[in-house]
Amino acid sequence: MDIHERQTYIRNFCIIAHIDHGKSTLADRILEYTGALSTREMKDQVLDNMELERERGITIKLQAVRLNYKADDGNEYILNLIDTPGHVDFTYEVSRSLAACEGALLVVDAAQGIEAQTLANVYLALENDLEILPVINKIDLPNADPERIKQEIEDVIGLDASDAVLASAKEGIGIKEILEQVVQMIPPPQGSADEPLQALIFDSHYDPYRGVIVYVRIVNGSVKAGTRIKMMNTQKTFEVIEVGVFNPGMTVVDQLNIGDVGFIVAGIKNVKDTQVGDTITEVGRETAAPLPGYRKINPMVYCGFYPIDSSDYEDLREALEKLELNDASLRYEAESSTALGFGFRCGFLGLLHMEIIQERIEREFNIPLITTAPSVVYRVTKTNGEVLDIENPSNMPEPGEIDHIKEPFVRASIIVPNDYVGAVMELCQNRRGEFVTMEYLDVNRVNVIYEMPLSEIVYDFFDQLKSGTKGYASFDYEMSEYKETKLVKMDILLNGEQVDALSFIVHRDKAYYRGKAICSKLRELIPRQMFEVPIQAAIGNKIIARETVKAMRKNVLSKCYGGDISRKRKLLEKQKEGKKRMKQVGSVEVPQEAFMAVLQVDES
Amino acid sequence: MKRMTPASVYIHIPFCAKKCHYCDFNTYAAEGQPMDDYLDALIKEMLMTAESLPDRTMKTVFVGGGTPTILDAGQMKRLLDGIREAFGFSGDGFEFTMEANPGTVDPEKLEVMKEGGVNRISFGVQSFQDHLLQSIGRMHDVSDVHESIRQARAAGFNNISIDLMYGLPRQTMKMMEESLDQALRLNLPHYSIYGLKIEENTVFHALYKKNQLPLPSEDEEFAMYQLIRQRLLEAGYKQYEISNFAKPGFEGRHNITYWKNEPYLGIGAGAHGYVQSVRHMNYKGVQAYIDRVNSGVLPRKEVHGVAKEEAMEDFMMVGLRLLDGVAKADFKDQFGLELDDVFGAVIEDLVQKGLLTETEAGFKLTENGLLFGNEVFAQFIGEAS
Repeated sequence: MDIHERQTYIRNFCIIAHIDHGKSTLADRILEYTGALSTREMKDQVLDNMELERERGITIKLQAVRLNYKADDGNEYILNLIDTPGHVDFTYEVSRSLAACEGALLVVDAAQGIEAQTLANVYLALENDLEILPVINKIDLPNADPERIKQEIEDVIGLDASDAVLASAKEGIGIKEILEQVVQMIPPPQGSADEPLQALIFDSHYDPYRGVIVYVRIVNGSVKAGTRIKMMNTQKTFEVIEVGVFNPGMTVVDQLNIGDVGFIVAGIKNVKDTQVGDTITEVGRETAAPLPGYRKINPMVYCGFYPIDSSDYEDLREALEKLELNDASLRYEAESSTALGFGFRCGFLGLLHMEIIQERIEREFNIPLITTAPSVVYRVTKTNGEVLDIENPSNMPEPGEIDHIKEPFVRASIIVPNDYVGAVMELCQNRRGEFVTMEYLDVNRVNVIYEMPLSEIVYDFFDQLKSGTKGYASFDYEMSEYKETKLVKMDILLNGEQVDALSFIVHRDKAYYRGKAICSKLRELIPRQMFEVPIQAAIGNKIIARETVKAMRKNVLSKCYGGDISRKRKLLEKQKEGKKRMKQVGSVEVPQEAFMAVLQVDES
Repeated sequence: MKRMTPASVYIHIPFCAKKCHYCDFNTYAAEGQPMDDYLDALIKEMLMTAESLPDRTMKTVFVGGGTPTILDAGQMKRLLDGIREAFGFSGDGFEFTMEANPGTVDPEKLEVMKEGGVNRISFGVQSFQDHLLQSIGRMHDVSDVHESIRQARAAGFNNISIDLMYGLPRQTMKMMEESLDQALRLNLPHYSIYGLKIEENTVFHALYKKNQLPLPSEDEEFAMYQLIRQRLLEAGYKQYEISNFAKPGFEGRHNITYWKNEPYLGIGAGAHGYVQSVRHMNYKGVQAYIDRVNSGVLPRKEVHGVAKEEAMEDFMMVGLRLLDGVAKADFKDQFGLELDDVFGAVIEDLVQKGLLTETEAGFKLTENGLLFGNEVFAQFIGEAS
């Protein structure tokens, strides 16, 4: 088959859904049905192959797989399925995978209906001009109500749902119908095999033997071993060593053509040379312009990562470098703290993203970390007119130099059953939210929209929301704008010394309460030392709260243990080990958790 | 590293009338236990052990438990004959301690003990309040304490020690004072004091986890400890080790072997020994122990060769428990190295923190260091290697 004809038999699609609506299970069934994997080979949910993803039941890294499907029309199709993450933190990764597709399966739970992330993902897909095919999943559930859900899709999203496939990924129902719709309704790739190479980087990963492996969608032209390629943004050039596809393991092929989804290996050593979102073209036969449609999303939440053992600093840098390669939205730069020594200020899409990176560093790279409380980016206008973006509270200028401070607000969408609207509104008000509007999705369910400071969301908002609504609320948000608010910087002093890593920014009206609450939390967390440790919260020079950790009175083992010296030794080893997990701040030993104390204060 | 032959032996009797609520030592309620088989095995292990020694003469013998005095007079005689058969007793300064619980001795048993060479008795008195004794699971009451000590003296024992505990559930300062009054009125040459520590696999641990153990506060416990020290020092006793007070010349020599990192034999179920740079622990179960011995092998459950680095750290860890501290000469004698070359930096830091101080011979804990001994000892762990 010639390349031009082949192109008409390619379908590139992804699956979008709210978390837990069955996206990964559906992907598994599609792989199984098309024979990409035999049932015996299947581990459940093959696309979630990171240990952490399996544990948390969420997809973090997107994955791609090529499937062969013989349709009812008698033709063989090449289907490229790209899996996407479902969590709100990973909007950017979703947008990358969407840009590589022509269509999307919109999976909606037949009992739960549209949720906040369903909407967020649909809007992203519409922005990318994708053909959206609704799939009502979990129709085997006793409380499934597919007709109601179809109606909801039509009313709320405005999509025609009359042809929506009724499916149960778990039971393998509707898989063939879904694939038929994919080949019939999703358009083939539009580009041309004769144009110069234009390929979209939508992901990459680092292989210790082959260097950076770039995941691409070929939009125009073709690429094969020997092609000299150029990254249009970084202007770096490389010679391709091999190209291949995922079926689902990595398989080398001769050439990637227009419409294909696959990988390129080009001896790329430096992770910074492959920017996700960049366009690859051919040296000497360059495309006129890079591909549009990517939005580079800036981190919304920053925190400090510090190795507990300062000798791990270089290892931490390497770990971040490696993670950054697989994670275009992770930012980091070196910083130092008088309390914690040398570390990195890292930027994340959200709290879950932060937790995942933290866990991966501790688990995969075995570097115990101290994480400082997350902060948003504050925009400070100084009295001299200078505007600063402050990612680290301890960099906040002196109060006298500040004209005003703005903080980022988000537009939060919370979908809940009627009965919980009151609870949701109370929570949002407590978190300085401004009510925008309320839309009824059906007689029973409401989409409550608030403008809220992002900083209020990073402090356990989601947990509070879940517990206040018995788990029924779904939540999504998008950045809205910076607004001026009355903010102050609060400092914490231990034993009279200011601990920079504990400083935080707080709304003036909440400062007093928060200062007291944090001092008392710290008193619980900091163990008794050989001397008394005062804990103070201060705004500028004014102390607004104080607690004291009383001095330990004694610490000595009296027992003799009948000559069992090893037992004594083990006890002391344990004590010494415990100290290693503490950070010495001045003369005070502070446990890891204390640096997150600001997060553990009950807000509402 | 200098190889020394042991001149101290610990012998374990793992039986008690009943286990106390705080106790996690290797001991079992005596009823239905094969005590005679155990004694046979014990004697066999002693003989096997003694055979391998270049010199069987012991300077200290310590029979602990458990409750060694739970043995009847006949069993006691068999045990003591066995010990004498296996080991020689050095003449001058020979110390032979037996642990006893109040109420488990009588004139006949005491006579057997005296004849068998025992010259020091350590009674587990713990407290002088009947209700406290009951609530910690002890079998005796205060009148047993007085009676047993009276009988021991009548049998000719002068070197008597008692254990006292502080920090017990529901114990108050007033009770502590009362216990000290009564203890000092006995005018004994030696007192050991132990703070209650909640160990796993005890009744107290279970209660503690359920939040049902009304322990004194850290401050109260500290006040008790200070009171004990003050009263004993005022009464003319010298604190020679963190937990031990004695009239001059009555220091417990056996335990000093441990504190000086010198070798000792460990005989019996669950007993620990330290011989030729090897620490061992015997099988803990009574039957398992008997079976091993009867099959003709030493009943070792765990054997651990102590590297020189670890031994040097142990030397500091245990040596600094003695109030006289460690001597540079002893260190050099055991390891052939200068103390300052090995631990100079650690010591300097601890001296700076006011926890250690230099003596003529070496270093010792300061008053403050005495209170924070664990902070000091832990600093040496892992520092030589």
